[in-house]
Amino acid sequence: MNARRDAITDETTLMSKTADKLSELVDWIDVRFPMTKMLKEHATEYYAAKNFNVLYVFGALAMVVLVIQLVTGIFLTMSYKPDAEKAFASVEYIMRDVEWGWLIRYMHSTGASFFFIVVYIHMFRGMMYGSYKNPRELLWIIGMLIYVCLMAEGFLGYLLPWGQMSYWGAQVIVSLFGAVPGIGEGLVEWIRGDYFISDITLNRFFALHVAAVPLALIMLVVMHILALHETGSLNPDGIEIKEHKGPDGIPLDGIAFHPYYTVKDLVAMIVFFAAFSGVVFFAPEMGGYFLEHANFEPANPLKTPEHIAPVWYYTPFYAILRAVPSKGFGAFLMAMALILLFFLPWLDRCKVKSIRYRGWTFKLALTVFAVSFVCLGYLGMQPAVEPYVTITRIFTILYFSFFLFMPIYTRFEKTRPVPERVTYDQ
Amino acid sequence: MSAKSGLNRRHFLAVATSVAGAAGVVMIAVPFVMSFKPNAKAQALGAPVQVDISKLEVGALVRVMWRGKPVWVVRRSPDMLQRLKGRDAKLEDPRSEKFPDQQPAYAQNETRSIRPEILVVLGVCTHLGCAPIERFDIAPVDLGPDWVGGFYCPCHGSKFDLAGRVYAGFPAPSNLAIPPYRFITENLILVGDDTGAGS
Repeated sequence: MNARRDAITDETTLMSKTADKLSELVDWIDVRFPMTKMLKEHATEYYAAKNFNVLYVFGALAMVVLVIQLVTGIFLTMSYKPDAEKAFASVEYIMRDVEWGWLIRYMHSTGASFFFIVVYIHMFRGMMYGSYKNPRELLWIIGMLIYVCLMAEGFLGYLLPWGQMSYWGAQVIVSLFGAVPGIGEGLVEWIRGDYFISDITLNRFFALHVAAVPLALIMLVVMHILALHETGSLNPDGIEIKEHKGPDGIPLDGIAFHPYYTVKDLVAMIVFFAAFSGVVFFAPEMGGYFLEHANFEPANPLKTPEHIAPVWYYTPFYAILRAVPSKGFGAFLMAMALILLFFLPWLDRCKVKSIRYRGWTFKLALTVFAVSFVCLGYLGMQPAVEPYVTITRIFTILYFSFFLFMPIYTRFEKTRPVPERVTYDQ
Repeated sequence: MSAKSGLNRRHFLAVATSVAGAAGVVMIAVPFVMSFKPNAKAQALGAPVQVDISKLEVGALVRVMWRGKPVWVVRRSPDMLQRLKGRDAKLEDPRSEKFPDQQPAYAQNETRSIRPEILVVLGVCTHLGCAPIERFDIAPVDLGPDWVGGFYCPCHGSKFDLAGRVYAGFPAPSNLAIPPYRFITENLILVGDDTGAGS
């Protein structure tokens, strides 16, 4: 008995000794790098409202997709050749000859589409609950910059396989800059580095896609999180939980991000990976929506594919471009469709944040906006013939009405009383 | 020196250093920005190309590449030339006057060519650079009963007639560009060089 008790005692002292050593190491680091401080500030002592709903997992999911894209992207770079003569063949080589190359590439191509699915839901969540409103205007603008970077990243990356759709998509989008008054043609030549989309263009798009834009993206994501943690996360009730703090200085309606939300985000990740794997393994082309059929043919500068449309995540903007029978004004409206989103915090004059307590005018306007965006997305994939052109024009007007009339319909909005504390059902 | 003038001096030095630094940043940015421009090699590749049209049939189109862009050569039939007439009201710029740079002076006529039957035109849509498709059929279902043959851009729906003139009401702002060219012999065209052409 005694011997056994001694053994247990030995083990306990051994464990406490190890723990001591570990905490010594942590102390050693903390003197030199604010590790514990940062963990507390951004995880264990970062308080988020306890009433988050499922829409609040998409920020974390966007980070997951970013990691997927970075890791798969690095591995693709190791086998891909940014050379107009070799690019198309090197993608086939990745698909057929590189061990597991097909999986890595399908993860990357599927990841691109999932990035936009996740980000679109994340942005719509922000619009529903007023996450862009005072004091989160900068958070919204940084987020919009991330969205612009993502669109640039997707566009630059789409040229790399050097298929028919890569080539003509790049041709169309780069030519858009020709609509800039005065310097248009020179600007287009400057972007291409040639008189047409060529090897030179491919080479620089590769550099931008694998180095410049990802660096900007990572920096912006860090800024986005820092800005979020400065103002604190909002919640579906649109209430500032910091206004009701307990004696310990912790918001009464707040719970620590870690472990309470990390564990929920983990569940979301499992669901996400189930869906993601489903596409990667069973429908990587997604019927031509994620990988367009025309891109299985090598680029041919002499022949535009019969039906050309960008990948689905750009089609709402593309539809707006096509709705206008004028090159300059079409490009201008397309740019405005994106730029107006930046001004959302100032266009919306309503003091109430969450859609739960806002008037019918905003609910209607937001619904019209969402329906217009989705319909424009569909119309952008259709050929430019009637009746699509007319329908596209109607939805383009509706899309812009959401922004242009916003200062009016939000000012006279009849809102419902906002509760003091978050509403929370068990 | 008084404390105040010392402060002024420091302020001046700070501003002067900032301005000099900013100027340096702008200057070092120039080479990086300029490196994006078409390089010497890309410029040198714009050499003229020869097109043999002896085997080009009436009503047919041949594509050649010049400066990486598609150039079409079409031998128009008398019937096709007839169909160019009398539709000025529907065209954006029937006499090619709005954008005189879109064609050399010798192609600024109704057929937009040196020889009426031979059309040499850049197959690049003036909207966003797609390659329009030749649609020489008359009144097809998709293009409507008004269509008398021409070029249709599949990207954004712009329509051009058999002389590359754009129809009004479509996104393309101007007529298709005519490259500089000349006839070396009866059946040999040089695209990209028009020394002595049109005379």
